[in-house]
Amino acid sequence: MNRFPGMETSQHWRLKRQRYTLSGEICPHCAYKIFPPRDICPDCGEDARDIYQFSGRGEVYSHTTVYQAPAGHTENAPYPVAIVRLEEGPLVTAQLTDLGDEPVEIGTPVEMVTRKLGADGERGMLVYGYKFRPALASS
Amino acid sequence: MKDKSNSVVIAGVGMMPVGEHWELSLRHLALEAMTAAQADAGGLRPQAIYVANMLAPALSGQSHLGALLADFAGMRGVEAATIEASGASGGVAARQAYLAVASGAIDVALVLGVEKVTDKASGQVQAALATATDSEYEAVQGVTPGAQAALLMQRYLYEHEAPRDSLAGFSLTAHQNAVTNPNAMFRRAIKREQYAKAPVVGEPLNTFDVAPLADGAAALIVARASALPNGHDRPQVRIAGSATATSALALHDRPDPLVLTAAAKSASDALLQSELTTDDMDLFELHDSFSIFGALSLEAAGFAERGDGWKLAQNGNISLSGNIPISTFGGSKARGDPGAATGVYQLAEATLQLQNQANENQVSDATAAMVQCLGGSGATASTHILQHAN
Repeated sequence: MNRFPGMETSQHWRLKRQRYTLSGEICPHCAYKIFPPRDICPDCGEDARDIYQFSGRGEVYSHTTVYQAPAGHTENAPYPVAIVRLEEGPLVTAQLTDLGDEPVEIGTPVEMVTRKLGADGERGMLVYGYKFRPALASS
Repeated sequence: MKDKSNSVVIAGVGMMPVGEHWELSLRHLALEAMTAAQADAGGLRPQAIYVANMLAPALSGQSHLGALLADFAGMRGVEAATIEASGASGGVAARQAYLAVASGAIDVALVLGVEKVTDKASGQVQAALATATDSEYEAVQGVTPGAQAALLMQRYLYEHEAPRDSLAGFSLTAHQNAVTNPNAMFRRAIKREQYAKAPVVGEPLNTFDVAPLADGAAALIVARASALPNGHDRPQVRIAGSATATSALALHDRPDPLVLTAAAKSASDALLQSELTTDDMDLFELHDSFSIFGALSLEAAGFAERGDGWKLAQNGNISLSGNIPISTFGGSKARGDPGAATGVYQLAEATLQLQNQANENQVSDATAAMVQCLGGSGATASTHILQHAN
């Protein structure tokens, strides 16, 4: 069984804007920036559907490594995952990638990149989405 | 004092040992616990069955447990349905039973928690568990409940400048208490040095920070006190408070992931209803599927300030003779983690404490207990206050 939650083709198609470009929302009432998009502002409870483009820059809020992976991810284990604090405010859960020799720490600056998340079944579509890597010095 | 005749009481409990029951199917596990609880309640027949389960659809290819188990247990025709709220299912199911009885709609309900996990390999179990996260934004990244706990623990140690072994006390206490629990999976005490040397399973979690998921079933008979037959000789344990609350499902959607707001709200709501305070609690059966939740739950429920939960585990405060004993039969850590059935085990264990039937695990003079279970790293929390009714 290679299928795992969140990776059905139809599901991925609906989420492609978020997954490819880190596109979220901004609340027109209180200016709260929202990712993932959810249409109702979690801060003030008003309707919030204005699209907001996140920069993809942030820093590590917390991190770990997954050894006991779920089906669909076992071939990649162990892999690092993190919660990233985006510079615009929201937290986002994502895998870390392109790690060099420097250890990841809470506070490490990171930036969004597009990477393969998995496949929808053994012969299915490859699913791409955001991961985060340590910010390059030039950026 | 409340009118005792209208009290909702736990009239009987039944528990299967938690472990690897290769010889028993989901339905047979369930039957054992249901039969034991009914016998304990003097043969009371329930008018409704609330089944707490989350993994049967994924791991046993079986949903619709209400009809299956009512029929299999010889109660064909009785109202029955599954209540699912991940790891909080047991507490939430008990609340449904409480509401049904308290409303006057029925006199007697049965709460069954059952989980059968050992039929499938680890990857499939982890994938099933991961559906309790926000699957489109967490599971898709390979995040499991274990990874969530590791992320919370890492941040907790950092923010509160707590040493790496600061949560050891939760594991040590649980293992100590499980030694004398015949239903426990691991009946061996561990030493601090063993904890310190345990293999890491996802930095900073080590094996002793993680409860072992295993097969289990437990049941409660919840009844109106006035409906108990004459001659019911069990000491009565009253449900004095009952509350369920939710928070954001995804960790990243919580304003401060280190504050379990659902746990805090359900605890304060349940205490308010019971007209008791944390000072009145003689024990706290908290959710310890990962040791970090021990610290976060003590803080959320009001037994410790933010960032101080781990300190309570340092100096014996949480042992059977401490100020606020937890995991009195070993908790999920050492009794074993029966998934969605956890809350039912906790309520059954707290009932034994208040009936003075806990044998070597007895907390002396226990008259009131807080029982709390968490689902999805605290996205759902269910809290009950139990009180000796006599």
